Amino acid sequence: MSTRVSPDARPSAGAGSRSAAGTGPGAPDLTDLTDLPVRSRTYWLLADVGNIVRRGLTHYRRQPVNIAWQLGFPILSVLLYGYVVGSAMQVPGGGDYRDFLMPGMFAMTMAFGFINTATLVVHDSTKGVIDRFRSMPMAPSAVVAGRGVTDLVVACAELAIMMLTALAMGWRPDADLGFLAAFGLLLWLRFALIWIGVWLGLLVPNPEAAGGLFVVAFPLTMISSIFVAPQLMPDWLGWVAAWNPLSSTAAATRELFGTPVGGGDSWIEQHALLMAGVWPVVLTLVFLPLAVRRFRRLSR
Amino acid sequence: MSDGNGDGYAVRAEGLEKRYGEKRALDGFDLAVREGTVHGLLGPNGAGKTTAVRILSTLVRLDGGRATVAGLDVARRPREVRSRIGLTGQYAAVDEVLTGRQNLEMFGRLFHLGGRRARLRAAELLDRFDLTDAADKGVGTYSGGMRRRLDLAASMILAPAVLFLDEPTTGLDPRSRGEVWDSVRALVAGGTTVLLTTQYLEEADRLASRITVIDQGRAIADDTPDGLKNTVGGDRVEVVVADRADIPHAVKAVARVADGEPEADETELRVHAPVTDRVNALTEVARTLQDEGVAVEDIGLRRPSLDDVFLRLTGHRTEPPGVRDTPPSAPQPKGAVA
Repeated sequence: MSTRVSPDARPSAGAGSRSAAGTGPGAPDLTDLTDLPVRSRTYWLLADVGNIVRRGLTHYRRQPVNIAWQLGFPILSVLLYGYVVGSAMQVPGGGDYRDFLMPGMFAMTMAFGFINTATLVVHDSTKGVIDRFRSMPMAPSAVVAGRGVTDLVVACAELAIMMLTALAMGWRPDADLGFLAAFGLLLWLRFALIWIGVWLGLLVPNPEAAGGLFVVAFPLTMISSIFVAPQLMPDWLGWVAAWNPLSSTAAATRELFGTPVGGGDSWIEQHALLMAGVWPVVLTLVFLPLAVRRFRRLSR
Repeated sequence: MSDGNGDGYAVRAEGLEKRYGEKRALDGFDLAVREGTVHGLLGPNGAGKTTAVRILSTLVRLDGGRATVAGLDVARRPREVRSRIGLTGQYAAVDEVLTGRQNLEMFGRLFHLGGRRARLRAAELLDRFDLTDAADKGVGTYSGGMRRRLDLAASMILAPAVLFLDEPTTGLDPRSRGEVWDSVRALVAGGTTVLLTTQYLEEADRLASRITVIDQGRAIADDTPDGLKNTVGGDRVEVVVADRADIPHAVKAVARVADGEPEADETELRVHAPVTDRVNALTEVARTLQDEGVAVEDIGLRRPSLDDVFLRLTGHRTEPPGVRDTPPSAPQPKGAVA
């Protein structure tokens, strides 16, 4: 009964050959546990990641309210800012505020995603689910990688729904390769924020504290070019807003959607496309090692 | 299910060391668990129980010493150890959002059973742990006892050689506790070796054939449950007097029926001693004190408690972690405090 993943294990005679006598926890195993498939480490790593992703998506399926919450907020934001705030907003250099706002909203939703990541990670680590995974013969890195892939899949759904809402409100981007590139840049930003989320999720003591991250995230999204062009802000604040990584992604996607409104003259604003690619690299280089180190610290 | 290296021990630890900052969570801890038995690991909070289990189940790296599980070195071959162990308890949990079946199928796939076998195994374990009726309900709706049974089932997916049960019944009502105990007994009958940590002497008494007592990171006793109880000395008669001047009278009255030297606590005005002839000893002491006109606050028989074992073995009562060590300012990983 102890033969597992052992290459030389002979094929068992099958489940039916064992005695079916007795039930209860100590009863003999009917399911054949010998002769388990032998595959490469890479195969199992991918399979493990797939199973963790499946778990993450099953969570959403079993808790439709969570999906409603997570998707409802972006839709509400698009509607509120588009109609309520948008009526009073002006874009420097002219142009439709909607064209300015929508890409910013997409970037903001990607940015807030790190709170979701952190919340889910802190749940798993405080409830002991991560320890259960770590006590199993699966690849430990699959726990984190599976979280990341799940969050990117959810981000795709969020973006799709927001874009449909924006289209319904009259937003008209160019439907070309630039559109796909913009979609990719938004996911690229979300990818970088996974590591901040994992790092924070392993750092904060409980899920309630993870919810408090919103208070930190909110100003960080406001001081950017998401809602207001930096050149309309006081000089120093405008400078900070322009250098906010979210501003680069927002400005770059405005260009790619074919609606390059509200851009500034500073170097960083002139190189939005470049920086929308670079910023996530920088964030990943900083926070991926931090997240990995924090995950390794679980073994200390 | 002999999965060891032939020496008859499923778990062996020699001189395990683990430090968190200045605090020594384990300080030369030794353990030997025979194959096919339930071995209890008892100790007060902070004694190092959980740290020992986390090291043996490969969750935490050791700083010194050597440990083998199912004949495999935990530091050198953690992955192989993981395919031979199950872990259940306060820190290893099931997924609360998924259903019982989804949990077991997921764990089965992560144990690399493959999809078809994972489904079969899940159905089999649900049946075995009497969870079939609730199989497709969310674990969030389960009772405490059902959740622990699912937890046990998840640990049994690969029919592990060694099962670590870390305080499996903490927080359960008596009925659920009984259910978990039944499951553990059945597993051992099926050949699994169990290392059980608990704060309840009664739990260890009922399940374990051998008990190791751990205190301040070290094994301070290793014996059968009866052997341990004998070191405490069985039942004691205890008298609390109203007036300090009466303590000598009480000592004399107790000494007449006692098996050993009575002990007196001057501050609590308490006198107690071990006895064998329990009821007669109690009436005898009560009558003597009444005849002598000694005012008695309280009198009674006391069974040995876990506290008594520690008092006898360590010379101090159970105390909160960190009291005699440096203040707990050293950084401690989440959930890893012993």
